[in-house]
Amino acid sequence: MPPPDTPVVPSPTPTPALRLDAGRLPHLLAVLTADGRELIGPVVSGGAIVYGPITGADDLPKGLVDDQAPGRYRLVAGESGTYFDHVATANSWKTFLFPPEQKICDIAHADGALTVTAPPVDAPARAFIGVRACDLRAMGILGKVFDNGDFADPAYAARRRNALIVAVNCGRAGGTCFCTSMGTGPKADGGYDLALTEVPAGGDGAPAYFTLVAGSDAGRRILDRLDLNRATAAEVETAAARVAACADSMGREMIADAAEMLGDNLDSPHWQTVAERCLNCANCTMACPTCFCSTVEDVTDLTGDNAERWRKWDSCFTLDHSYMHGGSLRRSGAARYRQWITHKLAHWHDQFGTSGCTGCGRCITWCPVGIDITEEARAVRDRAAGT
Amino acid sequence: MVEIDGLSKLLKEHPFFADWSDDYRDLLAGCAANHRFDANDYIAREGQPADKFFLVRHGTVVLEYPVPGREPVLLETLHEGGVFGWSWMIAPYRWAFDARATELVRAVSMDATCLRGKCDADHTLGYELFRQFIPIMARRLEATRLRLLDVYGSTR
Amino acid sequence: MTATAENRAAAVAPADPMVPRPFRIVRRQRELSDTFTMELTAEDGQPFDFRPGQFNMLYAFGAGVSAISISGEKSSGRLLHTVRAVGTVTDRLQALRKGDVVGLRGPFGRPWPVDRARRRDVLIIAGGIGLAPLRPAIHHVLANRGDYGRVLILYGARTPDDILFPKDLKAWRSRFDVFVDVTVDRAAPGWAGKIGVVPDLIERAAFSAEDATAMVCGPEVMMLFTVRALLRAGMAEEDVYVSMERNMKCAVGFCGHCQFGGRFVCKDGPVFAYTDIAHHMTVREL
Repeated sequence: MPPPDTPVVPSPTPTPALRLDAGRLPHLLAVLTADGRELIGPVVSGGAIVYGPITGADDLPKGLVDDQAPGRYRLVAGESGTYFDHVATANSWKTFLFPPEQKICDIAHADGALTVTAPPVDAPARAFIGVRACDLRAMGILGKVFDNGDFADPAYAARRRNALIVAVNCGRAGGTCFCTSMGTGPKADGGYDLALTEVPAGGDGAPAYFTLVAGSDAGRRILDRLDLNRATAAEVETAAARVAACADSMGREMIADAAEMLGDNLDSPHWQTVAERCLNCANCTMACPTCFCSTVEDVTDLTGDNAERWRKWDSCFTLDHSYMHGGSLRRSGAARYRQWITHKLAHWHDQFGTSGCTGCGRCITWCPVGIDITEEARAVRDRAAGT
Repeated sequence: MVEIDGLSKLLKEHPFFADWSDDYRDLLAGCAANHRFDANDYIAREGQPADKFFLVRHGTVVLEYPVPGREPVLLETLHEGGVFGWSWMIAPYRWAFDARATELVRAVSMDATCLRGKCDADHTLGYELFRQFIPIMARRLEATRLRLLDVYGSTR
Repeated sequence: MTATAENRAAAVAPADPMVPRPFRIVRRQRELSDTFTMELTAEDGQPFDFRPGQFNMLYAFGAGVSAISISGEKSSGRLLHTVRAVGTVTDRLQALRKGDVVGLRGPFGRPWPVDRARRRDVLIIAGGIGLAPLRPAIHHVLANRGDYGRVLILYGARTPDDILFPKDLKAWRSRFDVFVDVTVDRAAPGWAGKIGVVPDLIERAAFSAEDATAMVCGPEVMMLFTVRALLRAGMAEEDVYVSMERNMKCAVGFCGHCQFGGRFVCKDGPVFAYTDIAHHMTVREL
């Protein structure tokens, strides 16, 4: 029996909103740094905004927004000089919670024996700055993957435990976003320590500010050190209206019955149609904040006496992914695309009681040919309905 | 009649005829004959007139195909409750393989000329007979296909 | 292995299900031209417990891991794996000899339903090397023979030379309380046994279809044909269990490779009630 759908993150009772002047954002970051936390936040790299190490607010992509569309990503100047009006970054938090390469162990072969040495868990104290609601959901989903009831990955748990989450409620919808239809955003509804909502400077000269709530004791302790005033009801309302406007302006949506419909259409002729466009490049799986497939490789040194076992990101779009003695099971691109989308939207529910999709839109943006998961799900449904 | 009664009883004991009506079974018993074969006796020979089919009552029959210059290829084995031979239904009515007893075999044969005569006279009987045979043929074909798949073979 | 290294590994290893433990090959036996059995003991001296149908991830130094079912033998405390060399890792395992050390993680997976099968007829149906994962179930059933109804072992192999565990089959056949039937796909003159497929054996087997549990292991196609024959014989889908095989890297549900529809073969299987996966068994390239 598949487990019933369960909430991924508990809904906290946030503290009343405080007001943080936009100019004091560096102060918040300094408090986090003073606690010995490495800051990870949005930075411009290679023409895109990615999550990476930052030293302070100056590293943030202030004033930049991202123009995202299927198969398209451009950085452009924003209109309101905000820190956080970009949307989904090119990479996701899984890069930091589930690194692309992790050493499992060293194995030495000597005197007819094997000595296995596991490295200490690498889980630095970090603060994740600018975590979006969709990505918070993704963390919750990965948390279920790596603590699945039968087995737990201690390294993932430690990295997640040691990360303080500073969420940002989105004030702008990206061109490929569809979190509202997935029920995951644009407002963070739990799983964070602190949550910010950014309000740009007003045309009337009103300064930019953030409203700020704590969702955990750790978050409350930080707020206590910031000496902030309560946000006024008007400020709270303005901030909320911005998030609501973001939700209303989201132009893309996932069909509501994707899970059941895809599970019932494993033989759809549409898989072949998608396969004619899909390059099997695996970009979607790398960009996806919940895709968790990994492989394990052995690396031996030149003496042949020492091996390292490395766990590395893998993708269901490779032929090797389904390799069994004799050959690959999913030989056609159609079967591999079907595996990805049906796992993400349908079979994930059977496995983890939730969809594997957060509506972040990364797979759409970073697909070189602009395949759109929402369109493909709809197309499978329409094909099945004969329309 | 004593002999036919005995054969009718033998037919009833065999799965092939187990579900038949007594009337039809008694009718077909007139085409039946009882046989006993010793180990390595040939029951049928490839290319010879297929004038009967056989119901195996006891023992093992191997169907094999003669290959010039080589040992015969063993195709499959049949056992108690098994049936073999449908060449009698298909012109030119010749056996398509050798059938050899690998041990003491008791079997009942059904004479083809007799069967064809009765089926021509009573098409319902012919229909029943074919309805009985076709699933067996289909099962045999399925098994042959499964073996053709060579599922246990090495994958490299 | 140095004591300090061992202690250091032990201090970290138990928490991470991806880290292997060293096991030594204390016996090695050739079974078939490409198949062999290894008996392993833990270098750390810890006992190894498992249930019939479970598997381990065996690590060949420098080559990688392969999922190998445990082929025996709980009663004697011997930990056996029967391996068919079909790829890089299993080739490397085949080259190992008594005294060599492998890495092992496990046991993993859901077992054969030997408890659910109690008081019922038991059909143990294997094809090819599929007899290996079923042997612990056979041992269990025979060690608790009084708990079960009729016990039938039906086995199919490619040729007489490919029959796995012939001594075991002979020993089981010699018991009056077990029905053993073996068939081969092809044979040369001189073979006195059956030639045909496993579904043929089912047609001739005597068991109570409405009160039987079947445990089936073999190549996927063989299992499909076998299940069809069992259903034709009157068995219910929920009484038929099959053991699935898929690519596995982790065996703990982390790596994603062994997904079969909404299930992980590693931790939701490898043994499944047929009724739970029937709808996916005939989907191509799943």
